[in-house]
Amino acid sequence: MELPPIRRWLTRYAWMTVGATFVLIWLGGLVTSKGAGMAVPDWPNTYGYNLFLFPISQWMGGIFYEHTHRLWAALVGLLTAGLAGWLWARETRGRDRWLGLGAMALAVGLLGVRAMPVYVGLAGLALPVMAWGLWRFAKQPAGLRWLGVVALAAVILQGVLGGLRVTWLKDELGVFHGLLAQSFLVLLTVTAVLSTAWWRRGLVQSDEVRALRLPFVVATVLIFGQLTLGATMRHRHAGLAVPDFPLAYGRLWPRLDEEAVRRYNQQRIEVVAAHPITATDVVLHMAHRLGACVVVGAVVWVWTRSRRRLAAGHPVRRLAAVWLGLIGVQFTLGAVTVWTNKAADIATAHVAVGALALLIGGVMCLVTWNGRWVRRVMGAGAAADRAGGAGPQKGISVGSIDRTATPSGCVIAMHDRGAAAV
Amino acid sequence: MKRYGTWIGWCAVLATLPTLAAAEISGKVTLKGTPPPERKVAFDALCGKLHTKDAFTRHYVVGPDSGLANVFVYLKEGPPGKTYPIPEKMPVLDQVHCFYEPYVMGVLVDQKFQIKNSDPLMHNVHATPKVEGNKEFNVGQPVQGMVTERSFSKPEVLVRFKCDVHPWMFAYVGVLPHHYFAVTDNEGKFKFPADLPAGKYTVVAYHLKAGEVTQDITVAEGDKKELAFTLEAK
Repeated sequence: MELPPIRRWLTRYAWMTVGATFVLIWLGGLVTSKGAGMAVPDWPNTYGYNLFLFPISQWMGGIFYEHTHRLWAALVGLLTAGLAGWLWARETRGRDRWLGLGAMALAVGLLGVRAMPVYVGLAGLALPVMAWGLWRFAKQPAGLRWLGVVALAAVILQGVLGGLRVTWLKDELGVFHGLLAQSFLVLLTVTAVLSTAWWRRGLVQSDEVRALRLPFVVATVLIFGQLTLGATMRHRHAGLAVPDFPLAYGRLWPRLDEEAVRRYNQQRIEVVAAHPITATDVVLHMAHRLGACVVVGAVVWVWTRSRRRLAAGHPVRRLAAVWLGLIGVQFTLGAVTVWTNKAADIATAHVAVGALALLIGGVMCLVTWNGRWVRRVMGAGAAADRAGGAGPQKGISVGSIDRTATPSGCVIAMHDRGAAAV
Repeated sequence: MKRYGTWIGWCAVLATLPTLAAAEISGKVTLKGTPPPERKVAFDALCGKLHTKDAFTRHYVVGPDSGLANVFVYLKEGPPGKTYPIPEKMPVLDQVHCFYEPYVMGVLVDQKFQIKNSDPLMHNVHATPKVEGNKEFNVGQPVQGMVTERSFSKPEVLVRFKCDVHPWMFAYVGVLPHHYFAVTDNEGKFKFPADLPAGKYTVVAYHLKAGEVTQDITVAEGDKKELAFTLEAK
């Protein structure tokens, strides 16, 4: 089936969903930073009220953060369902269209049943649906509808994970909830990027760009590892395990014996109900510090490679510089988090900038990846757009480009079946 | 009539004999060294209205003679074979002016205790036991005067309670299979129930920050022992 051209409104809607998800990650980070994750003991209700009917007069203390997070999450869920439905409706016809839309409506409708077995069932179903959707997308990368399906399954899983974290009283679920949030943001961003004119014109594809794929992938994987460490630290609810920086308890590497850990706990005067720290907490904290140095090194590597290989003003080179700047901000925020004894706002900013760093890494991996898959996406997308006959006002037409000097000086070539550098 | 009076007198003597024969343990816990300063609690707007002056954390509450408050003192193992009827009066963990009162308390295994909201605002009560068999729970108490009854089925020193609405609110409950426990007062003093049978015991003094010290003691019938514990802030 020929795909219709992507409408700009769809791209804008996708970016709006990305923005809302970023805000949601910020709010979620604030909930954990404020220690308010369990301030509302029930779910899906809020102190017995329907989520949307909880009186504003009772949005106090930790409830304010947790309830706002839940409401915003509901908004992101609806936006994602809208995006998935839009993509599906755009790329299918007849029975397929109505079956797909019906299945999505059913999944969203089942959330309204508000029964725990239904939630658990949906969450259990979400993982295979995500795997299936990714597989279908890999097979048919020209369309974005399967990415929409994956996003919808992921947002349902994410919502249920957040709820089960509350009702099952499991800290561990909070780690997965945090990591899935970051991955979900990357997924939505990739979907949005794949729908843009920028991507479908293939402005950044060249051998030089593709040569940067290894540094980008390595740095992105390291950032994800670093986020995993961070999420694990936060959801152990032990507070700040090492209170000084750049030293650690006055040493390069802190003592971890029983006597030392006992002394650390004696000296900690927590205002909130933090668990006593253990040697594991200290090791996790130190691993996060070391990980930060490794990430900085990896992104510096990306930046120097892109400076060496790409002309000044090339979008990838610019983005690598932005990435490095962001990592610098992130490193500073990490240090300030320690110096302010984990002030909630600073720690939350640290989470949010970490999400942005992963987002840029994810997009850059996509941009620099030199597989047949990417060429197929671009080729098929371009052909589809051309077949749609849409001009710049209605859609994106790129198939006619054969040899173009971009404003940044990057010379590219586009062919009907793909893109290749010259 | 006189005969009845004599009988009643003998019965009273017999009834008090076991208590007279039992040992009595009391003592004091002192803190050596200077603890780190407590931190000021940053209340939210509603809780702030309930306080006219600054409030601080309660990690180290030290009396004038270095007596350390909120130390949970208990027998590591109670006298063998002795049973402990559950007292009729339930202990109360209250929420007053956005603080838990008391900060540390003890209950018997399976003894019901009350958690009360005395504040004109909403709290949640989140217990986070670690011992398997003791269930974690998180309940809302949106209305002033609300009372929730709970118990724990396994011994645990100490179970943390917290309010996630007001994260500076936390308290601890010790759960033991016997009633030989006490929490030190503001002078660091404690006293066990005065019905401890003669025998050898290990007394533990546990403070959340300063740590734990133990003493092995032997008590004879009718003994009155005064114990002294010293914990150190390093």
